[in-house]
Amino acid sequence: MSTATVSHHYSSTGLENRKIAIWAFIGSECMLFVSLISTYLIYKDRSVVGPYPHTPWTDPSTGHVYHAILNIPVTSASTFILLMSSLAMVLALSAVENKGKPQHNLGERILGNSKLWLFMTALLGLGFLGCQAYEFTSFVNEGLTIKTNLFGSTFFTLTGFHGAHVTAGVIWILTMLFIDFKRGLGPSDALNVDIMALYWHFVDVIWVAIFTLVYLIR
Amino acid sequence: MATTVIDTIPAHLKPFVPSPTPATVTTEKSTIWGWLTTTDHKKIGTLYLFTALFFFLVGGLEAEIIRAQLGGPNRHLVSAETYNQIFTMHGTTMIFLAIMPLSAAFFNFIIPLQIGARDVAFPRLNAFSYWVYLFGGLFISIPILFGHGPNGGWFGYVPLTTRAYSAGINIDFWVIGLQILGISSLAAGFNFITTIINLRAPGMSLMRMPVFTWMAFVVQFMVILAFPVITIALFFLMMDRFFGTQFYEVAAGGDPLLWQHLFWIFGHPEVYILILPAFGLVSEVLPTFSKKPLFGYPVMVYSGILIGFLGFGVWAHHMFAVGMGPVADSVFGVTTMLIAIPTGVKIFNWIGTIAQGQFKATSASLFCVGMVALFTIGGISGVMHSSPPADLQQTDSYFIVAHFHYVMFGGSIMGLFGGIYYYFPKFFGRLLNEKLGKWHFWLTFIGMNLTFFPMHFSGMLGMPRRIYTYDAGQGWEVFNHISTIGAYLLAVATAIFIYNFFKSRVSGPAAGPNPWGAGTLEWTIPSPPPVYNFAVLPTVTSRYPLWEGKQADIEGARINQQSGKTAEQLGIVIPYSTIKPLLAAAFMIIMFSGLIVGHWLILVGAAATVLALYGWLTSPLEPEHH
Ligand SMILES: [Cu+2]
Repeated sequence: MSTATVSHHYSSTGLENRKIAIWAFIGSECMLFVSLISTYLIYKDRSVVGPYPHTPWTDPSTGHVYHAILNIPVTSASTFILLMSSLAMVLALSAVENKGKPQHNLGERILGNSKLWLFMTALLGLGFLGCQAYEFTSFVNEGLTIKTNLFGSTFFTLTGFHGAHVTAGVIWILTMLFIDFKRGLGPSDALNVDIMALYWHFVDVIWVAIFTLVYLIR
Repeated sequence: MATTVIDTIPAHLKPFVPSPTPATVTTEKSTIWGWLTTTDHKKIGTLYLFTALFFFLVGGLEAEIIRAQLGGPNRHLVSAETYNQIFTMHGTTMIFLAIMPLSAAFFNFIIPLQIGARDVAFPRLNAFSYWVYLFGGLFISIPILFGHGPNGGWFGYVPLTTRAYSAGINIDFWVIGLQILGISSLAAGFNFITTIINLRAPGMSLMRMPVFTWMAFVVQFMVILAFPVITIALFFLMMDRFFGTQFYEVAAGGDPLLWQHLFWIFGHPEVYILILPAFGLVSEVLPTFSKKPLFGYPVMVYSGILIGFLGFGVWAHHMFAVGMGPVADSVFGVTTMLIAIPTGVKIFNWIGTIAQGQFKATSASLFCVGMVALFTIGGISGVMHSSPPADLQQTDSYFIVAHFHYVMFGGSIMGLFGGIYYYFPKFFGRLLNEKLGKWHFWLTFIGMNLTFFPMHFSGMLGMPRRIYTYDAGQGWEVFNHISTIGAYLLAVATAIFIYNFFKSRVSGPAAGPNPWGAGTLEWTIPSPPPVYNFAVLPTVTSRYPLWEGKQADIEGARINQQSGKTAEQLGIVIPYSTIKPLLAAAFMIIMFSGLIVGHWLILVGAAATVLALYGWLTSPLEPEHH
């Protein structure tokens, strides 16, 4: 019936609707993060009190010395974790796409295990969120909250907004993993996984921008 | 058996002749439940139409109160606080709840018909957009009934709208409500971009697309790129008001200009989001009533795209008075003058269309000609304050009020009214009364000019915007008096329209598929269209298939026009009705209202929303093929 049903699921471009929509969505999300990141950069060095991201600060009223807040080594590690999750996502997608093809050896069986790679992606995503939770708590303990100064307001809002995107992504991946356990994902689900992967890679790329502009550049 | 394009067309068809007006109108009766669960783009478009007209009346009532208050010096018809709420809600209502959704009504109903599609790309997301709009609109509108309406102006400048200067919940409703409405617009944006890219019928190339669909396409890109920016501006304000951040806190080093920049990076594209759909409608109506294809179609399309791009580069012309310095002032002055060029080109194209054709004056075409004339006046005063020194004299005065009402009322509203007269038969299968329509037009045209033209003078004489009342003896009385008389005239005009609308919907003469002898695809199918729109997907070989079409266009049109069959008989799959988009929208509103009611409600609302989304995404869109 493939030709007879052409009029119903007709597509002018040959692309899937959802694929076009997710690209439009990503374009829109870009503007969201551009606004957030620009605000952070505009407000950089404008806080009237510390603590500051890259330099120590002595509170003139108490004499208390605050260290530079950002912990580059920890965030470098969490950035690496998030990038690795993108790799796992690529493998998950390829495993779903190639489901049903013969697997000759252990290596191919591991690479073709979509449950494993979906699980790894979610786990690495959770690892990133764990690092962020650790980072946020230690900042608060050191005396920087969302109310402390402009740095606190912009930093927590920007990274929290990104963290919320990662959280949504992890829920999405876990849902997909649940479906995989329930009925098994196959090539007919590849589009759904592909869309999820696009979202996930986008969230990763945004993090690379945040890591560079907020953490690395002084 | 599903239908294919070619094999169901009988061979003996004659060239297309518009069929005579039928005696009856076939409409499907729908229950309340049917409306709540609909995924049909035509029904959703109809819901948008009714809701937007309702909010148009609400915004109009607010305008009448403003004019009554300003009709003479030292009046105290309403209190100053109430007045603040009324002008804030007048702007907010007209922009977000009346004009944008009125455009959305046409996007929903007309775009799939113009491109030869059976629905939009995501029917359930479409329903979701509508319900979010309705609930968000009520969320932002109801507080004024209890004296807690938003009161910071439609642009909500900080620091006035921060907690320190606006402690009440008035601004809370505004900050949250606009974020909700943004979600509706964004969802619709993704939907229509996908629809226009991917659901065009065979042969409907981009350069054969009707200009209304083209302008809608440009608008959707502007929506998805501009709305995130105001969402972030509002998000910052919400964080400041509820969670003690310092984004707009001057004492902490925050900059109120951040709000102004973010707001206007959205706000200027928004102006084009409001006007381009009307440009599109005018570009449909004028060719039909001039019996001639649109003059300079490619230029029309390219200028629309150019406006879309330039629209993002002019925002700071709203901020000349804040002292950005000569470089920024010059740059934004020049870009603002530049954007007048593609806009002016369109005006000449419309004139060219009328001038070379055989113009027929109907309600629809009169409103569109009126639109071209009045928008031109608004455009010219706009070019005047693109020059920073001139703007410094005009900014925040009634001159600006005059300017943007010529653009928004003279442009958008007049164009949209033209669209209503033109497409009413397609929506409801009946014609609006032409005599009443012409009364509506002339009273609107005269009333509009009486209301807004004197504002140029009261503004030049120094009357500031948003002023509650004024003393006699400044030369403002006579102009304000005329403006108020004009506003009452507009009320009469609108009453005539509303009467005509509801009367004709029930007892207007049956329209038939193509009452105007128009040339585009939406007129090849019955009015109102059957649920599946096209019995056979059309094959398109020209811009005006009914005027200059080749045999394939004509044959498809004939089949579609005469089809009285049901979707089942034709083997066309129709998406299921479902309540889930409505539930997801309702739960989302509950989640947002948790910010005001109590933070526990945020969690409850979020959990319910996620559940509704899961239910939605795990149920099939439509019956399986077989
Ligand atoms: Cu502007």
